Amino acid sequence: MLAFFTPLSGGSPNADHIDNLYKITLIAALVIFILVEGGLLYALVKFRARKGAVAAQIRGNTRLELGWTSAAALILLALAVLTFTKLGSIENPPNSGIQGDRLAGTGGLAYASAERKLPPNGKALNIQVLARQYIWQFVYPGAAESDGLGAPYSYEELVVPTETTVALDITSSDVVHSWWIPELGGKFQAVPGYHNYTWFKIPKPGIYRGQCAVLCGRGHARMIATVKAVPPAQFDAWLSAQKQQIAEANAEAKTERAKLSSQTGAGQVENP
Amino acid sequence: MATYVAPVPQVSADRAEREVRGWTSWITTTDHKRIGIMYMVTTFIFFGLGGAEALMMRLQLGSPNNTLVTPQTYNQLFTMHGTTMVFLFVVPMMAGLANYFVPLMIGARDMAYPRLNALSYWLLLAGGIVFYASIFWNPPEAGWTSYVPLSSSTYTPSGGQDAWIYLVHLTGISSILGAINLYATIANMRARGMSWGRLPLFVWTILTYSVLIIFAMPVIAAAVTMLLTDRHFGTHFFDSTSGGSPLLWQHLFWFFGHPEVYIMVLPGFGVISEILPVFARKPIFGYKAIAASTVAIAFFGFLTWAHHMFTAPIPEAILVFVMISSYLVAVPTGVKILNWVATLWRGTIEFRTPLLFCVGGITIFLIGGLSGVLLATFPIDWQVNETYFLVAHLHFVLMGGAVFTIFAAIYYWFPKITGRMLSEGLGKASFGLMFLGVLSTFLIQHVLGLDGMPRRVYEYDNVGHLKLYNAISTGGSFVLALGVLVTIVNVARSLKVGVAAGPDPWKANTLEWFTASPPPANNFDVVPAIRSAEPMKDIRREVDRRSLDGRDRGAATVPAGNTQVGV
Repeated sequence: MLAFFTPLSGGSPNADHIDNLYKITLIAALVIFILVEGGLLYALVKFRARKGAVAAQIRGNTRLELGWTSAAALILLALAVLTFTKLGSIENPPNSGIQGDRLAGTGGLAYASAERKLPPNGKALNIQVLARQYIWQFVYPGAAESDGLGAPYSYEELVVPTETTVALDITSSDVVHSWWIPELGGKFQAVPGYHNYTWFKIPKPGIYRGQCAVLCGRGHARMIATVKAVPPAQFDAWLSAQKQQIAEANAEAKTERAKLSSQTGAGQVENP
Repeated sequence: MATYVAPVPQVSADRAEREVRGWTSWITTTDHKRIGIMYMVTTFIFFGLGGAEALMMRLQLGSPNNTLVTPQTYNQLFTMHGTTMVFLFVVPMMAGLANYFVPLMIGARDMAYPRLNALSYWLLLAGGIVFYASIFWNPPEAGWTSYVPLSSSTYTPSGGQDAWIYLVHLTGISSILGAINLYATIANMRARGMSWGRLPLFVWTILTYSVLIIFAMPVIAAAVTMLLTDRHFGTHFFDSTSGGSPLLWQHLFWFFGHPEVYIMVLPGFGVISEILPVFARKPIFGYKAIAASTVAIAFFGFLTWAHHMFTAPIPEAILVFVMISSYLVAVPTGVKILNWVATLWRGTIEFRTPLLFCVGGITIFLIGGLSGVLLATFPIDWQVNETYFLVAHLHFVLMGGAVFTIFAAIYYWFPKITGRMLSEGLGKASFGLMFLGVLSTFLIQHVLGLDGMPRRVYEYDNVGHLKLYNAISTGGSFVLALGVLVTIVNVARSLKVGVAAGPDPWKANTLEWFTASPPPANNFDVVPAIRSAEPMKDIRREVDRRSLDGRDRGAATVPAGNTQVGV
């Protein structure tokens, strides 16, 4: 019954923990609503004007008022404490599972900072999420060239291995966007000039859909993102195929460029 | 004693100035009542325009992958809707109510600066006209929050964005001047004996509203000036490639934007605090607590702006601080609601339209307040922020705190402004439709957001129950609109055929009911000395006592406050 009124979850532990925190807070809110609204409706029915009824001329009751002020403060204090006890499991990524990808050849290690949380063993699949009007680009670790270029990437669909902690580094190259796959946890703004971080860890193969959550222009409604979780072996195969395709395309572009420069002499131009 | 002639709480209008007539008298007036009426009529027209924009959006979203409007038009509609409702309806409507009733409630003959008062109104109108003129060229389309870099000249080159900046500037100056005027009036022009502890609670909220405007509006004025120079004069305040910061805009906007919420709802709380005691025939429960909680909400309201930015890249310490301060705002707000329930408790409640709009408003606001606690918890906010859950939350807050209280104020004070009663039957029909309309439009939107539908999208796919939920919401919005229409008909009808109200139709507590309806240009010939927070009760008691004393000589009459009115 309550599931109808809770956020989507089930794709990643952080989404599940948020869902859990939401449910407890929602129940507290519903109880307060029923008590206050019940009191209001009871007063309206019970104390409606009748012949001969006289209104009690009461101007206040200091003890009662101090009482309900403290009660309200205590309820909120309890909710705050609850949030802080759950915060760790929502914010801190766990280690990858035994069935997870071994992240061979993809680095796997990243620096940690106050904003960027890492799993206890420091290993995660680190993916850069780059937002622009109106498409998501995902850059995987494993740059082929010495200048850091040639890293495998994809658009719109992020392919990840199951049981593996995936850490996202989110930024934008134009306007503000927001990364959000509801079943994989909360949303995080992509702001030009800033980096925002989150993570997810998907237990089972599947497809998770989401879309940009901050108005980014006329195409905002069509800026969709899909996360496709596949078994680690399949992911490794996909990634190396992707690498190979990109390397081939780059090599082809290089020869074409060389051909072009010999024809037009563009190579002679300073600062092309 | 024998020579004493009891005062009659009626104004003898024959000593008032000669009445000025015609349209020139309206554009040259400095009378706070006429300016107040112009404010209220103008802002209600903008309310109609903003409502029409909302209905067009709901029509577009009525079915999946609808193509009724283009993406560009849709973005323009929600930008115009949000901007209109905030800058051209709720804030200036509260200014209009304050303009008309603050001087009457404190026993003053006009505002402290009558000409400045007229300037405030004309600035508002100029801002509104220029803003709406943009629909003939390019309306703004970056949302009422106009986040940079989207609102920069690179991504939104159209002049509509500049019309938006112009509107924010002009209505901002209008609000600041109005706030200074109201503050000066309340601080200096109260009737003899009206100490701070006897100030009507509506006036308390207007005092707080004024202080909030004076602190918050200059911040948005600075922010839009920076946006203007970024767009046209080559500065880089918000340009990250040149050392500026897009987050600076979010901070400045919400440093204004969150207090703006309280600017919109606190006067509504004041209206509720005035109306409940009148129709429960009981003094307000905890006058001091309600006045103090108003000030507390305003204070904490300035510490919570970053809860609009929980998903932005900001340090976690700020998230924690802002979550705690947002929880703190919930305490005085909750206290107010409990005080209102206690005011009704053991009263003799008369179910007139103003009371219905108040209790309906409390119910709606309560839902918005509780969903606000969910949104203030930042991990939960990560899921529900920027979705239809948020749209539902803010509409429950503003429908309950502002729209319903404005309608309560219309039904309560219309007899004072026009001298005629509104129809109770039409009023109750309007309330019923609007209440059902709000619940059916917005409750289901929580679920839309939880199912993953972001706000500000012009289309959605037919997945899950999105189609059904959106259809319910669209249907509800038309019920709500019908309810508003019934009140417009009621007002138009009562202006011609409404029952004469007399000076005090509700047997109310505050000083505006001491004078005639409508009040003469000078408001009061005699301003009575104030001895409590409910001066009209004192006056009625005094009149009763003296009329008993002087009955044999026929020296006094009971005030003509006919309570047996209605249709």
